[in-house]
Amino acid sequence: MSSHRIDYLAIPAWTKGWLTILAALVAAIVAAGIAVLYMEHQGHWVTGMTNQVVWGMPHVFAIFLIVAASGALNVASIGSVFGREVYQPLGRLSALMAMALLAGGLGVLVLDLGRPDRLIVAMTHFNFKSIFAWNVILYSGFFAVVGFYLWAMIDWRMKRAYKPAAITAFLWRLILTTGTGSIFGFLMARDAYNSAVMAPLFIAMSFAFGLALFILFLMGSSAALARPLSQQLLRKKGRLLGLFIAANLYFVAVQHVTALYQADRVPVETFILLQGGVYTWLFWGVQVGLGGLLPLFLVLRPDAMRCHLRAAAILVVLGGLAQIYVILIGGQAFPLTLFPGMEVASSFADGQVNAYVPTLAEVVLGLGGFALALTLTIVGASAFRILPASLGDGEDATAEVIDAEGEPLAAQ
Amino acid sequence: MSHDTTRRDLLKAAAIGAVTIAPGLTLIAPPAQARAPGQPASPTNRWGLLIDTSKCDQGCTACVDACKTEMGLPALDRPATDAQYIRKVDVRDPKTGNQHSLPVMCQHCAKPPCVDVCPTGASMKRADGIVLVDRHICIGCRYCMMACPYKARSFAHEDQTGQSAHNPRGKGCVEGCTLCAHRIDAGGQPACVEACSKEGGAAMLFGDLNDPKSEISQRISKEATSRIRADLGVDPAIRYQGI
Amino acid sequence: MGVRAVLLALVLGLFSVMGAWAGDAGPSFPKATSKALGGSCVDDPATMRRHHFDFLKHQRDDTLRQGIRGAKYSLKECVSCHAQVKDGHAVPVNAPGQFCASCHEYAAVSIDCFSCHATTPQHQQQVEATR
Repeated sequence: MSSHRIDYLAIPAWTKGWLTILAALVAAIVAAGIAVLYMEHQGHWVTGMTNQVVWGMPHVFAIFLIVAASGALNVASIGSVFGREVYQPLGRLSALMAMALLAGGLGVLVLDLGRPDRLIVAMTHFNFKSIFAWNVILYSGFFAVVGFYLWAMIDWRMKRAYKPAAITAFLWRLILTTGTGSIFGFLMARDAYNSAVMAPLFIAMSFAFGLALFILFLMGSSAALARPLSQQLLRKKGRLLGLFIAANLYFVAVQHVTALYQADRVPVETFILLQGGVYTWLFWGVQVGLGGLLPLFLVLRPDAMRCHLRAAAILVVLGGLAQIYVILIGGQAFPLTLFPGMEVASSFADGQVNAYVPTLAEVVLGLGGFALALTLTIVGASAFRILPASLGDGEDATAEVIDAEGEPLAAQ
Repeated sequence: MSHDTTRRDLLKAAAIGAVTIAPGLTLIAPPAQARAPGQPASPTNRWGLLIDTSKCDQGCTACVDACKTEMGLPALDRPATDAQYIRKVDVRDPKTGNQHSLPVMCQHCAKPPCVDVCPTGASMKRADGIVLVDRHICIGCRYCMMACPYKARSFAHEDQTGQSAHNPRGKGCVEGCTLCAHRIDAGGQPACVEACSKEGGAAMLFGDLNDPKSEISQRISKEATSRIRADLGVDPAIRYQGI
Repeated sequence: MGVRAVLLALVLGLFSVMGAWAGDAGPSFPKATSKALGGSCVDDPATMRRHHFDFLKHQRDDTLRQGIRGAKYSLKECVSCHAQVKDGHAVPVNAPGQFCASCHEYAAVSIDCFSCHATTPQHQQQVEATR
């Protein structure tokens, strides 16, 4: 077995292009900050959120980023835990992106709180029966576990810790996404949510969204830095993405078919699948069509080119945002059932489909989360040697990647 | 201290007055004992309501209006975001056309989902079964609103001024019916119940579900009652007749 | 050395002047209006000045979470006794120059009590509501 060494090179900082991108990202973050100040100063009545639709656009972005964060770590896990050597050179970027995406998502989530100034309360008062409180611990722990994993990947003196760190990080991210899915799965009163399938569904979603964002960053950075990126490696990633898209579609089917079988869930399913207006359109058109079937077709083409893969990854991201929008907002738009089988009316929107129109400030805050994640990734990859100098093509590619993380795992 | 005593006396007088005005009415609860100063709420009590929907008129909003006054809830004319601790729900059976109306507020569950999901423990159940939001540690995440099967909670969507002294409330926190804990602690009954007996159909009875001798316990042991979404198993303290 | 000594003397001199100003101004606030407790606070003023926030923070949890009423310390009672009434209207205790605000401004303390708690006494609210 060849033990060709992989070289990692930091992104050269302070170049013109680097500064331009960073300036644009910082501008997006500042805009998000202004949006937050506006919403927090005025109060939430200036947003689209109401007493009926209590979680809105910021949560769509936050959940997407948090879910994608754990998914972005998969590339590293596949290389280390499952011993796929072609993925090993990308382990560092995978771990860095996972942390950056989580930071972006949490930033959005925290800044939408009614009392963001009381964040310290959330860190000091724990109700251990709450899955939310557990998530606070899981999210904080994720930074520690993945940070250590990244350290073990970068520092050769930490070689002995590499495998245990990789396994811990992999298990941690599975539990973390289970926790995120359970935020919805545990809501017994909401017909659209209460289901154990939410946890595996969210894991499948995380695999797809995280890998899609990872592919996009990898392709973008290779192009910007003029570093070689093997077509073969990309196709492999594309097929993996296809697998994850299929898994996501499978769990979506399970989610809805099991619900359709329960008579009391038929109304909410009819709403989402047939009569929900924007939610139905987003479900079939964007989530399933544009974000599921089309990218599946694109990545599974035997002659898939870079442009196909790039388009597929972008579509998966858009489909993912639509999917979370449908789950989160669609689920809240459907009226809560207090009196099954009855027609109800009240001053508090009982029995009505709840309106929600996202406002600009909410969207700007959400996009700020993306910008923060990307900023952290770029700054991280500029400060440390994260990106491989080459992910070249041909015979060399295979030779190069073997043993990238030290101990060849195939030997075990 | 002097104002507390005054208010307590006032409440007692009001309750006794109601009894003497209509001695035949069984729905007026005898004034409960005010808890001694320094004593915590006790698990030997469980405060609850019995609501007879046959006495509740569809157009009547006496309970809702009384709540808004008592709790100092402003009407900003923004129905999507204005706080509502109690609302009137009109229910119609589409198969039979049968209609009734009833007030819905926090059901003060024995196993409240809002308390389970709250990350900080701000959503809490007092020893006597009253479910409250501790707004000192509420971070405004709204997960309790997602979890509540009754839509009983509201979120303060804007800065507040002119709060009622016994219902502190402010922007960015979740709030809801307190069963008028401040009145109960002073030996009174909730404002909605009082208003219903005075201006409404006297459809609401307040009392201690843990005291077998209380009127509410006597009634629910003899008459058929049910609870909204009893199937969820959260054991609400608000019982209804005729739903 | 010489320059440092001069600078030090200047700075100290400046502080003493500013200190004198501060001593003259101080926080001035209205005295309690209620005679409910014979014109005195629930504890001696020095203790209250030093510890009122600890008392209130402890009490808030006792009252809200355990339902303990009528305890010695209560924010409601602070407001009851210390809110001024001008032209028949209660002046919020957190208005500039009023009891709570004057000291907190002087000490540069930012408190969160009155984003939720009523700033005028309940009895005064009722009086004004019936007018």
